[in-house]
Amino acid sequence: MSAGTVQVRLLDLAHTRSGDKGDMANCGVIALRAEWYPLLVRELTAERVRAHYGALIAGPVDRFELPNLIALNFLLHGALDGGGTLSLKTDAQGKVVSTAMLRMILTVPAKEAAELDLPVLTHKE
Amino acid sequence: MTKIVRVASGQGFWGDSLDAPRQQVEGGPIDYLMLDYLAEVTMSILQKQKERDPAMGYARDFIGAIESVLPGIVERGVKVIANAGGVNPVACAHALIAAIAKAGHAGRVKVGVVTGDDLLPRIDELIAAGHALKHMETGAPLSSVRNRVLSANAYIGSKPIVEALEQGAQIVVTGRSTDTALTMAPLRHEFGWAADNWNQLAAGIVAGHILECGAQSSGGNCLHDWWTIPDLANIGYPIAECQSDGSFVITKHPNTGGRVSVPSVSEQLVYEMGDPHSYITPDVVADFTSIHVAQDGANRVRVHGITGGPATPFLKVSIAYRAGFKAVGSLVYSWPDAMEKAEAANRILRERLDRLGLKFDQILSEFVGANATHGHLSGDGRDAPEVQFRIGVRGEDRASVERFTREIAPLVLNGPPSVTGFAGGRPKVEEVIAYWPALIDKQVVTTQVEVMS
Repeated sequence: MSAGTVQVRLLDLAHTRSGDKGDMANCGVIALRAEWYPLLVRELTAERVRAHYGALIAGPVDRFELPNLIALNFLLHGALDGGGTLSLKTDAQGKVVSTAMLRMILTVPAKEAAELDLPVLTHKE
Repeated sequence: MTKIVRVASGQGFWGDSLDAPRQQVEGGPIDYLMLDYLAEVTMSILQKQKERDPAMGYARDFIGAIESVLPGIVERGVKVIANAGGVNPVACAHALIAAIAKAGHAGRVKVGVVTGDDLLPRIDELIAAGHALKHMETGAPLSSVRNRVLSANAYIGSKPIVEALEQGAQIVVTGRSTDTALTMAPLRHEFGWAADNWNQLAAGIVAGHILECGAQSSGGNCLHDWWTIPDLANIGYPIAECQSDGSFVITKHPNTGGRVSVPSVSEQLVYEMGDPHSYITPDVVADFTSIHVAQDGANRVRVHGITGGPATPFLKVSIAYRAGFKAVGSLVYSWPDAMEKAEAANRILRERLDRLGLKFDQILSEFVGANATHGHLSGDGRDAPEVQFRIGVRGEDRASVERFTREIAPLVLNGPPSVTGFAGGRPKVEEVIAYWPALIDKQVVTTQVEVMS
């Protein structure tokens, strides 16, 4: 963490719900406040989300923006070990795939965090 | 005065609350009750039941649901739309008519049946005519699993349900209608939306999407401030109060628990979402990025501004086929070193399976309580009070899967210590019925409507 930046946890900025489409999980991320949505659009890139999930998913990530709903929708390909009845996973239908997203820690400029009244993490993660 | 049509959701899946339909009919004014019973795997389960007994193959819970709402719907003129017919809508309708007669309402309730979605008897004819029914994800032709196909149903739209309502049906039973058609059809019927009123039709789809999972839009499974959502034991199922311009308000009956809020509705809107610009249905392609939501008083959310465009020339087909066998077993290991013990059990068991020469298409080990759903993001799981070691296998050879199920229990006495949680006995071997999504030319599928009493 460089000087002049702070850390915020996605859990404190958004709520999520996910479901399945075959071997793909979807992950809807909804901003808790409208003024935080542009930050999510900027930070939660498909690449960033792909890197966050790492070995949890086998394929690429697509991203779609829904500004009216202050939401982003991610499609995580190859997330369900075959999906549906083929999958042996506890979470075969991807119901809680989106909660893993909420563990993401974002680094943002302290000035922006203050302007947006972001719930900043007080300890270093 | 603006005409309002109230569509209430009373069932989000087969197995949902038995009381919800009656609560929706009796808890306040509604015009239509929609009941969604079908998921992708449900059709194949129903097909197996029909093979055993030709009078079965529909969601039998539905008959009980109708018995519970019958006095209310007769008195208030509430209409019911349900895809409870599964793979045998006609048998479902006959059972329904018998139940209506038994309750003393013979001849007073017209039942409409929609058929034509079942493509199973036509599969060979369709393949021969050049319909490859390619798997939508892999591109493989259906012929590659033809002899393992159990059921094949086209997802049909709202039109035949509208026809049944026009013919005076009070209860409409369908097979594999889309979940959203169950809500869209009454709106088309009431407001007379034409087949190219794309924006209104898209709004009907969005209303349907919000209602189709039952209370999942009225505070159930809602992550946003979940601990503040009141009285989930008495949760109110969602109701859409719809207008002819396509706008609607999502609400629930008074004196019920749960919460209808912008966050609770938004969570349902993004549930199972693909590309939000094109939510494809048989009737219309809806644009979910056009949706506006706003709080409109307590437990009321106004949804408006929805746009859509022409439907595609295809229908989706849901095909189920036999895809081998699977079994999943588990053991629970306790502190101290719960995670280390569970990991040791996994190594030992896998070595046993190797020595036995058992081959599987897939083996998956999970450590529930440590990292089963969040993987590397969960931390290392050290010092957990207990960890459930869960292991599953899947393969074509039933005997190999059967043998796997006998290898878990011995670990209790010959593996790592502090193990418990095996009271359930040997895991069961299950046949895997897999899902094969495909597209078919709309022209090929013709639906029929019959209204009886």
